[in-house]
Amino acid sequence: MAKSKPRVKAPKKAAKGDIVTIKTLISHKMETGLRKDKKTGEIIPRRIINKFVAQFNGKDIFSVDIDPSISANPYFQFKMRAEESGEFAFIWTDDNGEVHTKKSKLKVS
Amino acid sequence: MRGLIKAAVVFALAAGGFANFGPVNAGEDLPAGVTVVKAPAAKGGPLAEILSGWGSRSKSTQQLQQDDFENPGYLWVDKGETLWNTVDGKAGKSCATCHDDASVSMKGVGAAMPKWDAKLGRPMTLEQRVNACRTDNMEAKEWKWESDQMLSMTAYVKNQSRGMPVNVQADGPMEPWVKRGKELYYTRVGQLNMSCANCHEANYGKFIRADYLSQGQSNGFPTYRLKWQKVGSLHRRFKGCMKNIRAKPYKRGSDEFVAMEIYLAQRGKGLQVESPAVRN
Amino acid sequence: MKSLNRREALVFSAVTGGLLLMTPTGAFANAGDAMKTMEEFTGGKPVGDSKLIALEMPEIAENGNTVPLAISVESPMTPDSYVKRVIIISEGNPRPEVATFNFSPLSGVAEASTRMRLAKTQNVIAIAELSDGSLHMAKRQVKVTIGGCGG
Repeated sequence: MAKSKPRVKAPKKAAKGDIVTIKTLISHKMETGLRKDKKTGEIIPRRIINKFVAQFNGKDIFSVDIDPSISANPYFQFKMRAEESGEFAFIWTDDNGEVHTKKSKLKVS
Repeated sequence: MRGLIKAAVVFALAAGGFANFGPVNAGEDLPAGVTVVKAPAAKGGPLAEILSGWGSRSKSTQQLQQDDFENPGYLWVDKGETLWNTVDGKAGKSCATCHDDASVSMKGVGAAMPKWDAKLGRPMTLEQRVNACRTDNMEAKEWKWESDQMLSMTAYVKNQSRGMPVNVQADGPMEPWVKRGKELYYTRVGQLNMSCANCHEANYGKFIRADYLSQGQSNGFPTYRLKWQKVGSLHRRFKGCMKNIRAKPYKRGSDEFVAMEIYLAQRGKGLQVESPAVRN
Repeated sequence: MKSLNRREALVFSAVTGGLLLMTPTGAFANAGDAMKTMEEFTGGKPVGDSKLIALEMPEIAENGNTVPLAISVESPMTPDSYVKRVIIISEGNPRPEVATFNFSPLSGVAEASTRMRLAKTQNVIAIAELSDGSLHMAKRQVKVTIGGCGG
């Protein structure tokens, strides 16, 4: 199975004080834990991404506590005020402890 | 059950009032990378005009296909790009070993699928072509039709033809396959005794309960369907349609579905490749 | 806009009528469960509709699997005055909790969007908690159409 890379759209450059928009998308079934396997009749165990964190220079700028009502292949869009140059880190954690991380640099002038 | 059907009828009729459904005109809102969603039909054909399924979807579904970042189908395109460059099989090759840059070598390839294979004496769908490459040239295992790998690879390859006109060969050795596909398209099957044409030719543009019927065009496949919550193949959609009319579906990759795929591509000439489209 | 004639509608309904029967019943959150989740979030403090918070969702969702949702809260987003978090609550899904967005003064603007599942036509509620402890609520009803072959 090809491991999916999260998709992130974040600016590379911004002027100081600008509000920048960040968009993220990751491949995940977001199995609710409420569905039954059609063949065996057994409940399919819950497995969702339960936490998304966006950091800039190590500080949390935005995060989401996620429940199964969030759609498969979760999408998040949010904003940040650009104050200094640095690095974004985007971190997704799922119920099985699988962690996906993506980083991206921002130059503020 | 009778009351249920009655209620459903009322709903189907009432649903006609939704303002945000309906085909759009080219030049208005369009999917990303595509300039045509509505084309004049060839003379003597069964359709007055050729309409992409794009126009049958609501505004908020369309928006997912208007920006490549918003389109969740690109998660599969990305995976396909990774696979394209990944060595697999005993021959130690990746797709890129022979085909190099897909944005050059695969441009137009997906638009012309299925394609006649003179050596095998039969048409090959993109899935079959990928697997032939894997077994013959890479000495790798075949991928299953609906596997994540196959969907990613076909979405990636088809995406290289996005915006190009559907360009399947319909003459010469392909003729009997087009004929067979047409036959299947118009043959009533299943407990409900319906053919493809009953919905997608005679009733497109009308509501089937809350859902707006399309012409059933194939130019957006592999497609991200909200119902599936993932990308799926055209043959998976065929199976779904056949189940809806309570028929026993043919198998993915069967000659019947290959013939239908060829006929549909031919029927949809004038449209452009939208893969990966976003549909309901 | 054309619609089906009676006979066609009957046939099509027979095609898809089974879907209605398959819709799960029971085990759905109701307004009561949603209220409980709300109280846990607010700590029992009263919360009313507020113009400070906006919740954007389509009036009609073509498919309940992927319904866009956007929230925005008016706030200067400074260390002295900012939006701490916004909870999204569903009145009609199996569980009322949908997500909680946690903001910081670094967010600059308290805006976020995502895509959510809606099991049926229902109200979706968003409540913002600001750094001064005040609470602000917005509510939207979204109709979920039970699809034909597509849905």
